[in-house]
Amino acid sequence: MSELKLELKEKIIEQLNLEDIAIEEIADTDPLFGEGLGLDSIDALELIVMLDKDYGIKLADPKEGRKIFESIDTMAGYIEEHRSR
Amino acid sequence: MNNTFYIQRYAHISDHEVSLNGETLYENTTDDFSEFIKGAYQHLQIDYSKFFKMDNLSKLAFIAADVLLENESENNIGLVFSNKASSLDTDRKHQESLQTYASPAVFVYTLPNICLGEISIKHKLYSENGFFIFDKFNAQALHTYANSLLQEDKAEKMLCGWVDFDNGNYDAFLYVVAKKGTFVHSTTEINRLYQIK
Repeated sequence: MSELKLELKEKIIEQLNLEDIAIEEIADTDPLFGEGLGLDSIDALELIVMLDKDYGIKLADPKEGRKIFESIDTMAGYIEEHRSR
Repeated sequence: MNNTFYIQRYAHISDHEVSLNGETLYENTTDDFSEFIKGAYQHLQIDYSKFFKMDNLSKLAFIAADVLLENESENNIGLVFSNKASSLDTDRKHQESLQTYASPAVFVYTLPNICLGEISIKHKLYSENGFFIFDKFNAQALHTYANSLLQEDKAEKMLCGWVDFDNGNYDAFLYVVAKKGTFVHSTTEINRLYQIK
């Protein structure tokens, strides 16, 4: 699980172009949106694409993303449970 | 009605250099635009994390505008930009991504006028704006459009010019037009300042 969390942090920084943020600065429980990493609605769409592309998870309802993308912890938990690759 | 307006200041980004009123602010010999524009961002000490999410055209326009608007207090500033390549650089990236997974973050930049939005958000501009595509730099069109908005009191100032990016080649020339300034706002002066690099 901790490997997956590290992988997610790397992917988020790279794919969302968070050039001024280092992996160590993202705590597992930090909110990804709002006051945390400050991600926006386009970032949310990128994360949905990332789930599909890298883990074979298709979100039927994009609203599900709100809970899944709360933090690295919640993302990793959801991916562990639903991944097909 | 006052029909005479003036160019207050102008900025260029081309040939490895960022300049303001003809004075070099930043130079870097790299041919890699990403490295060049990131270097300019850091050198100019701009603190705006959304910059890194922008496409190349928006980064180019954003830095040129920031150099000109850094100490500007007026926010009723109309924007009239132009270029030749439109958003072709990003359009190609989007087209390539369609072979696998389209990226929403790339897709949102597949219009040239998105860079006007980026500048407006940063500088809190709620003003008129337009982006035109021409075969080459067209001082006459910029002059006419800017004068029209100023004369009709649609804007207190205008930020105008050319921001073109394609295949790693970049050329930005922006200038501020106001009721007071250094150079008479005329097509002759616009063309002259465009050619000073």
